[in-house]
Amino acid sequence: MMDIVTAIVWLTGSAFALLAAIGVLRMPDVFTRMQASTKASTLGLACLLIGAAVQLGDFASFIRVASIGAFVLLTTPVSGHVIARASYFAGVPLCEGTVLDERRDARWAPQNDEPGVGVRGPM
Amino acid sequence: MLEIVSQMTLVTLGVALLIAFVRLVKGPTLPDRIVAMDLFGMLVVGLIVVLAGSSGVRATLDAAIVIALIGFLGTIAYATYVERGDPQ
Repeated sequence: MMDIVTAIVWLTGSAFALLAAIGVLRMPDVFTRMQASTKASTLGLACLLIGAAVQLGDFASFIRVASIGAFVLLTTPVSGHVIARASYFAGVPLCEGTVLDERRDARWAPQNDEPGVGVRGPM
Repeated sequence: MLEIVSQMTLVTLGVALLIAFVRLVKGPTLPDRIVAMDLFGMLVVGLIVVLAGSSGVRATLDAAIVIALIGFLGTIAYATYVERGDPQ
């Protein structure tokens, strides 16, 4: 029974990890690539962790697996946000089908050294 | 049955690593490569967790914790370098 649960969850998780990789390869833009990478790989890794916790069936390994899951769930949105912000303000071009870019004026404004005004915004 | 399933999972994760490596080589800009490296870290953590679950060696979960932490710190460091690090 535990083997069946582990098999289903592991196959689902590896399929989501493969989808994350395919999204990183196929998406047209760094922002959409970052989106595919963070969301799909978080779900896939969570499924793999659940499968490992079910398979090991131990309290110490459950604590370790749960700590890995909590850490990944907490840090992946932060890293995605930081990558998107850095690449946006570094001038990485958006893809050609982009409809709305709300900070375009602030992005391409000339660099200003006064605090509070400028391309970077408040840190 | 579980050996076959774990081998299929490992092969799928390896294919995902290869695809992410293609993006790492091809990526037009530096943030593409950073995204690929972030995905590398997640996939390697998944590989180690599946290996620990299928072989029953519980000590490798500590390695997975360390790799997740180092991947996050590396991503933050690269993003900081991209954001403020072109001296002109």
